[in-house]
Amino acid sequence: MVKVYFDHNSTTVLKPKVLEAMMPYLTNQHGNPASQHRYGRNAHEAIEQARRQVAAVVGAQANQVIFTASGTEANNFAITGIASNLDQEQILTSKIEHPCVSNPAKAMQARGNWQANSIAVDSDCQLDTQDLEAKLEAPTDLVSVMLANNETGAIQDIETVVALAKAKKVFVHTDAVQALGKIDVDFIALGVHAMTISSHKIGGPLGAGALVLNKRVDIQPLLYGGGQEKGLRSGTENTAAIVGFGVACELAMLGLNDFASHTASLRATLEVSLKELNAVVFGQQATRLPNTSFFAFENIEGETLVTALDKLGFAVASGSACSSASGEPSHVLLAMGIEEDLARGAIRVSFNQENTQEQVSGFLVALKQALYDLRQMTAVAA
Amino acid sequence: MAYSDKVLDHYENPRNVGSLDKNDPNVGTGMVGAPACGDVMKLMIKVDGTGLIEDAKFKTYGCGSAIASSSLVTEWLKGKTVDEAYKIKNSAIAEELALPPVKIHCSVLAEDAIKAAVADIREKQAATKEAK
Amino acid sequence: MDRMPIYLDYSATTPVDQRVAEKMIPYLTEQYGNPASRSHPYGWTAEKAVENAREEVAKLVNADPREIVWTSGATESNNLAIKGAANFYSDKGKHIITLATEHKAVIDPVRELERQGFTATFLEPNDDGLVDIEAFKAAIRPDTVLASVMFVNNEIGVIQDIEAIGNICRENGVIFHVDAAQATGKVEIDLASLPVDLMAFSAHKTYGPKGIGALYVRRKPRIRIEAQVHGGGHERGMRSGTLAPHQIVGMGEAFRIARLEMEEENARIRTLHDRLLNGLKNIEETYVNGDLKKRVPHNLNISFNYVEGESLIMAIKGIAVSSGSACTSASLEPSYVLRALGRTDELAHSSIRFSIGRFTTESDVDYTISLLAEKIEKLRELSPLWEMFQDGIDISKVEWDEH
Repeated sequence: MVKVYFDHNSTTVLKPKVLEAMMPYLTNQHGNPASQHRYGRNAHEAIEQARRQVAAVVGAQANQVIFTASGTEANNFAITGIASNLDQEQILTSKIEHPCVSNPAKAMQARGNWQANSIAVDSDCQLDTQDLEAKLEAPTDLVSVMLANNETGAIQDIETVVALAKAKKVFVHTDAVQALGKIDVDFIALGVHAMTISSHKIGGPLGAGALVLNKRVDIQPLLYGGGQEKGLRSGTENTAAIVGFGVACELAMLGLNDFASHTASLRATLEVSLKELNAVVFGQQATRLPNTSFFAFENIEGETLVTALDKLGFAVASGSACSSASGEPSHVLLAMGIEEDLARGAIRVSFNQENTQEQVSGFLVALKQALYDLRQMTAVAA
Repeated sequence: MAYSDKVLDHYENPRNVGSLDKNDPNVGTGMVGAPACGDVMKLMIKVDGTGLIEDAKFKTYGCGSAIASSSLVTEWLKGKTVDEAYKIKNSAIAEELALPPVKIHCSVLAEDAIKAAVADIREKQAATKEAK
Repeated sequence: MDRMPIYLDYSATTPVDQRVAEKMIPYLTEQYGNPASRSHPYGWTAEKAVENAREEVAKLVNADPREIVWTSGATESNNLAIKGAANFYSDKGKHIITLATEHKAVIDPVRELERQGFTATFLEPNDDGLVDIEAFKAAIRPDTVLASVMFVNNEIGVIQDIEAIGNICRENGVIFHVDAAQATGKVEIDLASLPVDLMAFSAHKTYGPKGIGALYVRRKPRIRIEAQVHGGGHERGMRSGTLAPHQIVGMGEAFRIARLEMEEENARIRTLHDRLLNGLKNIEETYVNGDLKKRVPHNLNISFNYVEGESLIMAIKGIAVSSGSACTSASLEPSYVLRALGRTDELAHSSIRFSIGRFTTESDVDYTISLLAEKIEKLRELSPLWEMFQDGIDISKVEWDEH
């Protein structure tokens, strides 16, 4: 059976043009970019081209882009790298961050005198800026708030975060992994000091990410060695993945408006029906990414519903992909004050531009079927 | 590193490679640089009775730019007076060969080689005069 | 565009074997999925492929698949092993031993640990590039916590006696890490018998893709490391980050091919190595760097006296080789590895690393020999040092005007 894929916030399908651009670097263009001969120079030039493409999509300069192996690595690099060069003070992250932002902050607390503290959000998954302001009273190294949440899609008020932090001369990092390609992301306009982006969320391959960094920020490397990326990220560059990331960025920029309007209309269709089915849609009052809908039904376990939908031909997620193996309710929903039982019911649908209204209609039929079956079973059990 | 066409030309077809008789009183030798630094230039000039440089030869251990710089100056030196030769500036060499910043030292070395060769010939001529 | 040069730089990176590329491509197209998303079959397929690949990597080095942790490459593996073990066991001592000839991906993390309060001994090997076992023993102190020695050197190809060094580490309770990036597929590695605790691997030096590597972490006796990248808790908490199935599958296939074909391939490469060496030996004043017996045949590092390195590289554009390590060749510094072997700056500067691999042919080697012979002669005609040498002048006794 051909599956319908509605889990694009987890990872995306590689775009054919991206694969085409990568292929030479997986085959005959195999040089090490550090080598001085032609094989090396060709690889080096391909990476610099990709750097310009990545910079362009986020309105940054090419020399502000540091390639990493993933968004996870870029987030770790930002948090530990920036804090390491400062006095050991507070590191603030929001309660809805991905673990690859919150865990490095906790690791810094374990390593030295840093204090990892988190900023609250409201019931619609929007940052509590008053809480941020209060916490900024303590000496702080760094604030990290994601641009858009991966589960609810809620877009955060980075402008206010930057204004509050800058008043205290505190650095700001934002994890823009989920936002890229879905809404306009402008490094300069946001005013942040560091920003994480990732390739595989925008139709690029796994294996490439980047930290976009303001040159005034003194950062300590995570990986030491051959001195690649101006000494900030050692390790032979993954040329094919970086080239793919570059092309994916270019395509994302060109397709941004279509992506937004198309996925927003799919979601509107979905959520009208969800309301009829008495679903709770999380973060619905917030400004959200256009493609994301995160919802739950009373007394229906999310994991079970995802499995049932899967059997009916639809791939969706329960909670965030990284923690979906753990069985714990989403930390994002708990931060929003959602009851644990309801939180356990959460499933996430995330569209891309290839999805269609027909698929959404088909999904709604399957959803009703699955809900009916599950309720029957629960009734029998009771 | 991308070399200019002129560097490549001199490197592929170096002009005036070789040595002159160092014991000839009309031959001045300049040897500059050091192996440990990655370049050594030996420049020899032969001066005729009227004070004009009639021949110039070089040998260079060094990178492409060093070879090209020394090859170029042997061309420039021929037909010049010793005083004119002494006035050749490294910037002229660097400009002619379009040397990148990291290779400017090659042109400096070539200028030093000219000065050393000229100093040598002047010393030799002074000694000859004294002997007379 | 004119023809690409003949590739003799397999130690910098290898081409992806076509069989490897064919295995990878399905994971770039139809079988996409996030391996941590267990809830739908896209994820399951990828997860199974990842575990198969882990088994293949383990098999090549005779380890348990559960001892293999994926990383983004050997640099990350080395950083994770060195910083991870040193930090985890720092209460046992804060002294580290490594070699002056290690790759930067080992030296630089050790230097970083020095900044954090550790002390380090950078052992100089013998002139043949091999570790003096007695000197290693003598370097161990009561507070030595970790030693890191590479299996095969990237610049000169010498093979260290890992078993002997490992035994000394065991006797002294020192954790032993080995950078094996240049060793896989070239030498037998049996981790069931080798006294090694941690070992770093790279895919792109063994005909796999760039951007993927692995770290072996021994289970019995169990070695612990502090994670360096935190997040979703992948790889049993030792290394977080979404895995790239296509790259992992590529590494698995590359290591599988290496296991099946290394014996035959190494015999063929040895023949090419000997042919190249015999051809280049005929050129006067050449010096092979590194021991001639305890080396992998894939590498031949030779210094050509009285010829300057950069002009030599320029002269032999028909072949793609490396002068010094690929990672540092952008700088004008002479190779620190050759310096540590006691080579003069001049000889270090004029060294060429020829590295032979799976797709090198006899005619490639013959072309290389004739090219080198012709160009060295031409450059020596140009070289005042060669002239002095021919005149019997000892260049080391000349007073140079160092600038």
